[in-house]
Amino acid sequence: MNIDKHLIRKDSLEKLFDILKQNNKAIYAPASKNSKVSFKEAGSFSEITTGYIQTAQSSKEVAFPRTEKLLDYTKNREGISVKGTDIKDFPEIVLWGVRPCDATGIGELSAIFNWDYKDEIYNSRLSHVTVLGFSCSALDEYCFCTSVDGNPGNTAGSDILFTKLGEDGDYLAEVITEKGLAIVSLAPGLFEKDVEIKKEKFLAEVPVMFDKEEIRKKLEKFFESEQWVEQSLKCLGCGACAYVCPTCACFDIQDEAHGKSGSRVRCWDSCGFSLFTLHTSGHNPREVQSQRWRQRIMHKFSYMPDRLSVYGCTGCGRCSRACPADMNILEHLISIQEVTV
Amino acid sequence: MTDNLYMPYLMRIEKVTYEAPGVKTFMLKFINEEDENKFTFRAGQFGEYSVYGVGESTFCIASSPTRKGYIECTFRQTGKVTNALSNCEEGSIIGFRGPYGNTFPVDEWKGKNLLFIAGGIALPPMRCVIWNALDVRENFRDVTIIYGARTVKDLVYKHELQDWERRKDVKLVTTVDPGGESPDWKGEIGFVPTIVEKIAPSSKDTIAIVCGPPVMIKYTFPVLAKLGFQDENIYTTLENRMKCGFGKCGRCNVGKYYVCKDGPVFTAAQLKDLPDEY
Repeated sequence: MNIDKHLIRKDSLEKLFDILKQNNKAIYAPASKNSKVSFKEAGSFSEITTGYIQTAQSSKEVAFPRTEKLLDYTKNREGISVKGTDIKDFPEIVLWGVRPCDATGIGELSAIFNWDYKDEIYNSRLSHVTVLGFSCSALDEYCFCTSVDGNPGNTAGSDILFTKLGEDGDYLAEVITEKGLAIVSLAPGLFEKDVEIKKEKFLAEVPVMFDKEEIRKKLEKFFESEQWVEQSLKCLGCGACAYVCPTCACFDIQDEAHGKSGSRVRCWDSCGFSLFTLHTSGHNPREVQSQRWRQRIMHKFSYMPDRLSVYGCTGCGRCSRACPADMNILEHLISIQEVTV
Repeated sequence: MTDNLYMPYLMRIEKVTYEAPGVKTFMLKFINEEDENKFTFRAGQFGEYSVYGVGESTFCIASSPTRKGYIECTFRQTGKVTNALSNCEEGSIIGFRGPYGNTFPVDEWKGKNLLFIAGGIALPPMRCVIWNALDVRENFRDVTIIYGARTVKDLVYKHELQDWERRKDVKLVTTVDPGGESPDWKGEIGFVPTIVEKIAPSSKDTIAIVCGPPVMIKYTFPVLAKLGFQDENIYTTLENRMKCGFGKCGRCNVGKYYVCKDGPVFTAAQLKDLPDEY
C-alpha cells in the first residue's frame, strides 16, 4: 500500500496511548530503570522514556521471547499426554518507540523463521504485534544503520513511523501497513492529513562506514584469515552480543520438569558459547573462540545474504555497546574491508 | 502433525536390543494409527528423539524405509538424554519428530555395485541404506560391506552381521583394530582404511558409501581415490550438533550449508567445497 502521511500534534501522542489502552492493547514501550532503557509494558503514558538513542535490549522479544514454551506434558497412569503451545492464544501487542534498526530487524528474523519450514509459533506471535516506530534524531559512535541498507527514518518493519519535527515539535506519522491503518481508525481525529511534510532534515545524519557488498565478497575468501584470531583475542565468549542483537535467532531446546509434568522450551542461545557446537564425542567443530567469532560475522555478512537474501545486521550497534571486553563490530568490518585478499 | 513444528509423535518402545557396551537399538511404533499412516521417510534421514522431562537428542533412522509400520534407532549412552533413553524399557513412551534432512539417492544407484564402508557406531545410518538395497536386491550388482570397530565387543548388529555373512549375494568383511581381537576372532585385524586397501574393491560402476568417525573418513577417502573412485561416487553423512532439525537453531552449519537441511548426506565432491567445520 502507499504510505499515508499525517501530522499528529505532540500532545496527541498521549491521547493515542490512552485510546489504545481503552481498546485493550498491551503497549510495550521504552522505560528507564537504573539508567537502562528497556521495553516494558506501560501502564500510563508518563512511564514512557524519550530521548534514548537505543534501548539496551532489542524489541525482538515480543515475537521471539527469550524463553518460549513449545509444549506441555503430563505423565499419568495411562502413559503421557502432550499439548502443544496454542498459537492462537498470543496477546495483541503494540510496540511503541521502536527505532528503525529494530523494526527492520523483524524482517531478518522472519527470513530465518520462514525459509523452508515455517515456524508458526513465531509467525503467530508476530501477527499479533503492531510496530510503532520512532525515527532517530540523534546517534552515537556505535550507530551504522546506513552501511547496512537502513537509515534513521527507514519505514521498513514499522506499521506507523513517527518522526519528531524538531525539538519540541509535532510529529509526522507515516502509515505504512494495514495494521497501521487499523491504529489510525481507532483515533482518526488525531491524525491530520498532510502530504507536504519532509522529514529528512529532522533525522540524524549517520555516515556510511563501509560497503557491505564489498565485505561480503571479501568474506568468501576470508575463512582461513589470521584476522579472526586477532579480532577475537578479547572475546570472553559471554554471548552478550547475541542476546542484545535484533536479528540473532539461534536457540536451544530444553525440557523443564516439575514432578510428573513439565514443558519443553526454546531459549536464546549464542554461537559465541563453546558448548554451542560441541559433539557428544567431545569433538568440537568450533573449538576456539576465533572460530566462533568468525561464525558470527560470516553468518551475518556472508551466509545470510547468500541463503536468505538479507544481511543479518541492522547497524544498531548494540553488540559493541554491550560488549564487556570492548569489541567493536564496526571497527572489525572496516578492517575486513581494508584487507587485500 | 500440527502447525507446531516442535510437536513430536508419541512412540512406544516395542523392542530393546542390546548391541554393544552402552549401545542399544529401539524399535519404535506410532501410538496413533493416523500418524503411522501419514509417516514416510527415505534412507539417510534423521529425527529428534525425546524423553519428556529430559530433552531431545538427534539420531538417524536406522531401519529401512522398505520396512513399514515402525522405525528403529541405535544410540550410545553418553549424555543426559541418551542416558535417560537407555533407562527406558519396552512399553515406555518417547517422542520422535522427523524425518529431517536429505537422503541417499538410492534410486539413482540402480545397476551399480555398492560398497559400504563403516566404522564403529556409524553403522546405524548405513544399516538403513544396506537393508534398503538388500530389500530391492535385484536393482544392484555386487554388494560389499566392510565394517570395523575398535574391539569385537564394539561391533553392533551382531546377528545381522551373521545374516549378511551367510547371504551369497553379499560380501561382508569385518575387522577390529589391532589388539581388539578375541581369541576366536575370524575376521580381519587392522584399521578400516588399511583393510579397504587390502580388499581393493573395484571402482568400476561402483558407489562407495562411507560412514564413520572423522578420522576414519579422512584416511579412507585417499584410499578410495587410489582405487580410482571419483569424488561424485563417494557418499558420506555428517553429524554436527543440532537442536531443531530444520534450519532455524543455527548450530549445525558448515560454512553456509546446514547439515540438517542440505545434508546430512554429502558426496566427497561436495565436502571438498566445504570449510573444515565438521
